[in-house]
Amino acid sequence: MTVLLAKAGLQLLLLLLVAPLLSGIIKTLKARLQTRRGPDILQSYRDILKLFRKGMVIPETASWIFSATPYIVFVTAVLVGLMIPMAATDAPLSLFGGVLAVVYLLALGRFFLALGGLDAGSSFGGLGSSREMTISAIAEPAMMLAIFTVALAASSTNLSEMAKVAVSQSWKFLAPSQMLAFAALFIVLIAETGRIPVDNPATHLELTMIHEAMILEYSGPYLALIEYGSSIKQLVLMTLVVNTFFPFGLSSDWTLRGLGVGLLFYFTKMLLLACLIVLVETTNAKLRLFRVPELLMVSFIFGALALISTFLF
Amino acid sequence: MNTFPVATIFTLSVAFYSAGALASLATWQKPALCRYLCCGSALAGASFGGVAAVLGILQGTPVRWSVSSGIPLFAYSFNYDALAAFFNLTLAILASAVSIYSFGYLKEFEGKRNIGFFGFLFHLLLLSLTIVFTAANAFLFLIGWEVMALVAYGLVTFYHEDRETRRAGLLYMVMAHIDSGCVLLGFALLMQVSGSADFASFRTAAVHLSSGQQAAAFVLFFLGFGIKAGVIPFHIWLPAAHPVAPSNISALLSGIVLKAGIYGMARIFLDELGVLPSWAGLLVLIVGVASAVLGVLYALMEHDLKRLLAYHSIENIGIILIGLGAALVFRVAGHPQLAAVALIAAMFHTLNHAIFKCLLFLGAGSVLHSTGTRNMEELGGLIRPMPVTAFCFLIGAVAISGLPPLNGFVSEWLTYQSLLAGFGATGGLTRILFPLAGSMLALTGALAAACFVKAFAITFLALPRGGKSSPVHEAPRSMLVGMGWLAFSCVALGLGATWFLRIFGTMNEQLLGSRVGTNLITARGWALSAGTPHGGSVSTSVIAIALLFLLIPAVVVVSIAGRRFARRRGPAWDCGLPGLSEENEYTATAFSKPLRMIFSVLYQPRREIQAVFDVSPYFPKAIHFESEIEPTFEKRLYVPLKDLLLRFATQMRAIQGGSIHAYLAYIFVTLVLLLLFGVHP
Repeated sequence: MTVLLAKAGLQLLLLLLVAPLLSGIIKTLKARLQTRRGPDILQSYRDILKLFRKGMVIPETASWIFSATPYIVFVTAVLVGLMIPMAATDAPLSLFGGVLAVVYLLALGRFFLALGGLDAGSSFGGLGSSREMTISAIAEPAMMLAIFTVALAASSTNLSEMAKVAVSQSWKFLAPSQMLAFAALFIVLIAETGRIPVDNPATHLELTMIHEAMILEYSGPYLALIEYGSSIKQLVLMTLVVNTFFPFGLSSDWTLRGLGVGLLFYFTKMLLLACLIVLVETTNAKLRLFRVPELLMVSFIFGALALISTFLF
Repeated sequence: MNTFPVATIFTLSVAFYSAGALASLATWQKPALCRYLCCGSALAGASFGGVAAVLGILQGTPVRWSVSSGIPLFAYSFNYDALAAFFNLTLAILASAVSIYSFGYLKEFEGKRNIGFFGFLFHLLLLSLTIVFTAANAFLFLIGWEVMALVAYGLVTFYHEDRETRRAGLLYMVMAHIDSGCVLLGFALLMQVSGSADFASFRTAAVHLSSGQQAAAFVLFFLGFGIKAGVIPFHIWLPAAHPVAPSNISALLSGIVLKAGIYGMARIFLDELGVLPSWAGLLVLIVGVASAVLGVLYALMEHDLKRLLAYHSIENIGIILIGLGAALVFRVAGHPQLAAVALIAAMFHTLNHAIFKCLLFLGAGSVLHSTGTRNMEELGGLIRPMPVTAFCFLIGAVAISGLPPLNGFVSEWLTYQSLLAGFGATGGLTRILFPLAGSMLALTGALAAACFVKAFAITFLALPRGGKSSPVHEAPRSMLVGMGWLAFSCVALGLGATWFLRIFGTMNEQLLGSRVGTNLITARGWALSAGTPHGGSVSTSVIAIALLFLLIPAVVVVSIAGRRFARRRGPAWDCGLPGLSEENEYTATAFSKPLRMIFSVLYQPRREIQAVFDVSPYFPKAIHFESEIEPTFEKRLYVPLKDLLLRFATQMRAIQGGSIHAYLAYIFVTLVLLLLFGVHP
C-alpha cells in the first residue's frame, strides 16, 4: 500500500511537472519551424501560474455544472496519468484500470467539458461542444480498433502487461500490423489532442475553433485547471503511443538506476513524437470540419487493416 | 427440498399484485384512497418479490413447485432458478421505484382520469411480468406473455384522446401479436418433440431435436423475443409506443417489459434448445451490433425527450445482445469460462439498463409533469427550479453513456473483455467480427455520450427556451424519492460491482455449467478482472476513491489562489457579443447537425427554408425552417410489406364473394381434406 502510494506520488509529480513543459516544447518547436522566435519553453508554466492568480467571472446563466467541470477535467486527466507506464513498465494504478478505463475516463472529462460549454448558454460554447462530441465519436471506433490490435498481442487490456509484452519483443513495431495500428492511433492522437489538421489550438476564430469554443467562458483558476488538464491529457495520450509501440528503455522496476535510464529514453521518445506532431501541424492546413470524418475514416481503415494483418502475417 | 421461504414469499408478492388490481378497481370512485391503495400494494408486492428474489439467488439450487390445473398440458408450475430470480430482482427494484414515484405522479390524475383502471392495468402488468419470469410451463408462460402484451396496450393508449397515441397503440398491438405468434409456434414445435409443455421436458428433449428443427425453433424464438425486445429491424413500434404512455409506465415498458424479450432469449437459447450452432450466436451478435449503432444514431436526431430515451433502449438492447451472442458462440466453441463472462456482461447490462433507463424516463416524466412538454427545444435552464430531478437525470445520463465509475461502465467493460477474448477463442474469418463489434461498441458509447450531453444540457442547462413564462416547480417529494432510489442503485452497482457480481456464479453454473463470478474478482476484492490470468482488470471503487483524493488538492489550490480576487458573477462573455438571450442559444437540432451531415447517407435529411422579406432577401422578416430525416425502415421495409399484404388481401376477397353456395363448397372441401389428412397422417 505504501509502495503503491509512493509510486503514485512520484508519477503524479512527473505528470504535473512534465505536462506544461511538453506543451511549451511543442509551441517553441512549431515557432522555429515556421521561422518565428516563439515563446520560450517555460512559458506554459508561467501561463498556468498567471491564470491561477487571476480573478474569475462566472456567467450569470451558468449552474454548478460550470464550476464542477474544471475539477472533473483536471482530476480525470491526472488519474489516467497514473494508469499508464511512463518510465517503468509497472504503472502505479495499472491494476485498477487498463486501456479501456483510460479511454472512458477521458470520455468522462470530455462529457463534462461539453456540458460546461453549453452551460453558459452562449452559442459559441454549444458550437464547440457539438463539434467536440462529434469528432470524438467518430474517432472512437478507429481508436478502439488500434487498441484492440495491440491488446490482442498481449491478450490483455492492462497497460503494464501490454508494456511488458512489448518490451520482450522491442522490434515488433516493424511488423505490418503494429505499423498500421501506429498510423491509426497517430491520427486519433491528432484528433483527440485538438491539433491541426483537426482543430487549431491557437485559434480564436469562431468558425474554426472547437476546444477553445467550449472553454470560452472560463477564466482565472478554472481556466488554469482546464488548460493544465488538457496538457496532461496530451502528455498521457502521447505517452500511451510511444510506450505501446516503442517500448525501448522502459524500466522493469522502480530502482533509481532503472528509472534514470527509463526517463532518459522516455524524454527522447517524447521529443521525437513531438517533432513528428510539429511537422504534421506545420505542413498541413486545418481541414474543414466536414472533411475531418474522411481523415478519421482513413484511421479506421488503418485500424481494420492492422487487425487483419495480425493473423495474416 | 425446502421450498418454503422462496415459494411462500413469492406467492405473497403475487397475492399483493392481484389484490392491488382488484382493490384499485373497487375504489375507483374515491381517487385519493385508490391512489394510496394502488401504490401501496404495488410497493408491498415489489418488496416481497425482491426478498424472494434475493433468497432465490442465495439459495443456490433451483426451487420448483407445481399446482395441477386439471387441464391437459397445462399446470401452474414455477421454476425459481438463478435466472428467474435475477429477472425478478430487476423487476422488484423497478417496481418499487415506480410505485413510490407514482404516489406523487398519479395525483394529477385525480378528478381527471380513472386511477382505478390505471391501477388495475399497472398491477396486472407487474403480475404478468412476474409470471413470465417464473413460469416453467409453456402455456403458463404464454398466458403471462399475452396478458403482458394486452395490458401494455391498455397502458400505452391510456391517453386515448390523442390520435398519435391511438396509432402508436395499434402499431404496438400488431407487432406484439406477430411476436406472440412466433413464440407460440416455437413452443408448439418444442411440444411436438417433447410431448409435454413443461420446460424441463424441453431441456431433456433438446438432444432429439434435428438440426433443422433446432434452427427453426431458434429463428421463431429470435423473431418473437426480438420483436418484444425491440431489436432492429423490428423496432418501429418501440419509439412510437413508449413515449405516449404515462411516464411512470414508459419507465416500466423500457426498463423491464423489453427485458422480457431478453429473458426469453436467455431462457430458451441457453437453457432449452441445447447447444446452438455458432451461426445462431453470430446472428445474435450482428443484430446486436446493428441495433446498438442504429439505435443511438436515431436517438441523436430526436428532440422529443421521451422518444430519444426510447431509441436509446434499442441501443442498449443491442449491447445486451452483443454479450448474449458472444456467450452463445463461446459455448459452442467449447469455452464455458468465456461464455460465462459474456453472459455476465449481458445480464449485468440488462439490470443496469433497466435501472438507468427507468431513472431517465422518470426524470423525463418529472420534466413533463412540471413543464407540460417533451420537446427539448422548448425547455432549458431546469437545473435551477428542479435541482434534484436534474441531479438524478445527470446520474442516469453518465451511467447510460458508460462512463466510470457508474454501473454502465462495468457492464460495457465486461462486454469489451469478452469481445477481445472472442478473437482468440474462435477460428477462421468470423473472428474478425469480434474486434469490429468492439469498435462499433466504442462508436455507440461515444455517440451515446454525445446524445446525453445534448439531452441533459438542452433540457436542464442554460436559459429557458421558448419563453415559457409560467413558473416551473420541482417534482413532489415522492417522485424525487423514487428517482433517488434508482440513482443510488446506479452508483451502488457501479462502485460495488465486484461485490455484486458474485450473484452471477449460480446462474452460470445452472445455465452453462461453469462457475465464474467469484474468480472475476482480484486484488482482494477491489478489482474486477477479465477472468484470464494476465488479462485486464479495473476497479470502479478505486477509481472513485482516487478521483476524490485528487480532487482535494485541486479544490485547495483553487480556493487559496482565488483568495486574492472574489469570484464574480457577470454576463456571459460570448465573444464580446452583448445581450445573451434564449434566442441565440444552441438548440438540440443544431447540436446534432454535424452528425446529421456526417451520417446523411443513413438519415437522408430533407430541409426546407422559406424567408419572408420586404425589400431585400438579406433582411428577412420571418424565416420558416423545416427539417426532417427519412424514416428508412418504415419507408423501405414496412410500407412495401404493408402494401404487399393489402394487395394480397384484396385478391383474397375474390373467394369471399358473399355467395352461400360457394361457402358451403368451401366447408365441404375442407371437411374432405381434413378426413383425408386424418386417414393418412
